[in-house]
Amino acid sequence: MAPKLCVLCAASRACLRRPKTSEAICKECFYSAFEDEIHETIVNENLFKPGEKIAVGASGGKDSTVLVHVLKLLNERYEYGLDLFLVSVDEGIKGYRDDSLDAVKRNQQEYELPLKIVSYSELYGWTMDQIVEKIGKKSNCTYCGVFRRQALDRGAEYVGADKIATGHNADDIAETVIMNFLRGDFPRLIRCSEAITGDSVGDSLPRVKPFKYTYEKEIVLYAHYKSLDYFATECIYSPEAFRGHARQFIKDIEVARARSIVDTIRSAEKFRTDPRTSSEQTLGACVNCGYMTSQKLCKACLLKQSLESDQKPDQGASQTKERGYHGR
Amino acid sequence: MTSVVLEFSGGLELLVDGKKRLEQEVPDKLTLGGLIGWIRSNLIKERHELFSQGQRIRPGVLVLINDVDWELEGKETYNLSSGDCISFISTLHGG
Repeated sequence: MAPKLCVLCAASRACLRRPKTSEAICKECFYSAFEDEIHETIVNENLFKPGEKIAVGASGGKDSTVLVHVLKLLNERYEYGLDLFLVSVDEGIKGYRDDSLDAVKRNQQEYELPLKIVSYSELYGWTMDQIVEKIGKKSNCTYCGVFRRQALDRGAEYVGADKIATGHNADDIAETVIMNFLRGDFPRLIRCSEAITGDSVGDSLPRVKPFKYTYEKEIVLYAHYKSLDYFATECIYSPEAFRGHARQFIKDIEVARARSIVDTIRSAEKFRTDPRTSSEQTLGACVNCGYMTSQKLCKACLLKQSLESDQKPDQGASQTKERGYHGR
Repeated sequence: MTSVVLEFSGGLELLVDGKKRLEQEVPDKLTLGGLIGWIRSNLIKERHELFSQGQRIRPGVLVLINDVDWELEGKETYNLSSGDCISFISTLHGG
């Protein structure tokens, strides 16, 4: 088979088919298209304002590694005027997080960005290893999800950040859309497709997703062709059955029709709740730690209390379990 | 036998004893689909379903032929040549 030429520049050999457009393009055109589209998302969705401090959630995995690389590059290229920080969460899982944190530290040196690591043990007095030892592997993702979300907020507050940027990509968001659809969780179905979340409720930092329309395939190929240093491993405790099914479904429909992923996100954007039936929660501060919550105690403190008292987590915590984790 | 280079990354290396790159003799006149089936039977020791179902690669695993997306090269129907480098990259691990 004769090598195909890039449909954009018609000069170099095509090296990939873009899932979003089915175009066959070369490496250089791919880099520009990839970076330009993320820039467009940042501009069109008003993700940042000049002078803001941005905490980039960095796990050492592919998405956050590419996010750090691209945000640093676009910040310089288009003069966003952002102050970038890396914030990593150490869940305390031996043989999983240690190696990926090393990847984060190498990124920190390469990109010369300040890094703050917050650990479950310093924040909550429990590592995930200790939690699993106590409660087993069954619902540990509930704890990890609640703790991680709050830990990232704490780390971002510590460095004085205005916003948190995460590496959630189009595939992740489409997956979450499917999960929230199956659960019938309408408010979350709408929220999960937004590029900025959390800025209307006041106390928590806004979270932005510059990769909202960026395909996982392209993130991985970008990292591969640019030889970016990332760490890939599965969490040793995570069965994540429900998300696993949604993920499999998204990957299967991608093979049949790659545009389905972005179409799933676009369709979720069209959902609207009836303002007459939606009730706004009032948020206050947790009486124990001061973190925002609609209850007396925040979810992290409830879970911590259950760990320390040998009781099953109560209502607030079990709701969280139903909703899954990672805050996607 | 045909000599090819196989690369496994993004977590797939864990299925082949942590080897990220290996030079491998494989049967002659294999298609890429045939190679996938051959790897599944001969190189992968456990959790075969994380790599493929028979000759069908698991959705979410990217395949590159000499660093080019296999979607541009006929996917499973591509005829393997001596010296080819085939990369399997999982996108399914956390980020």
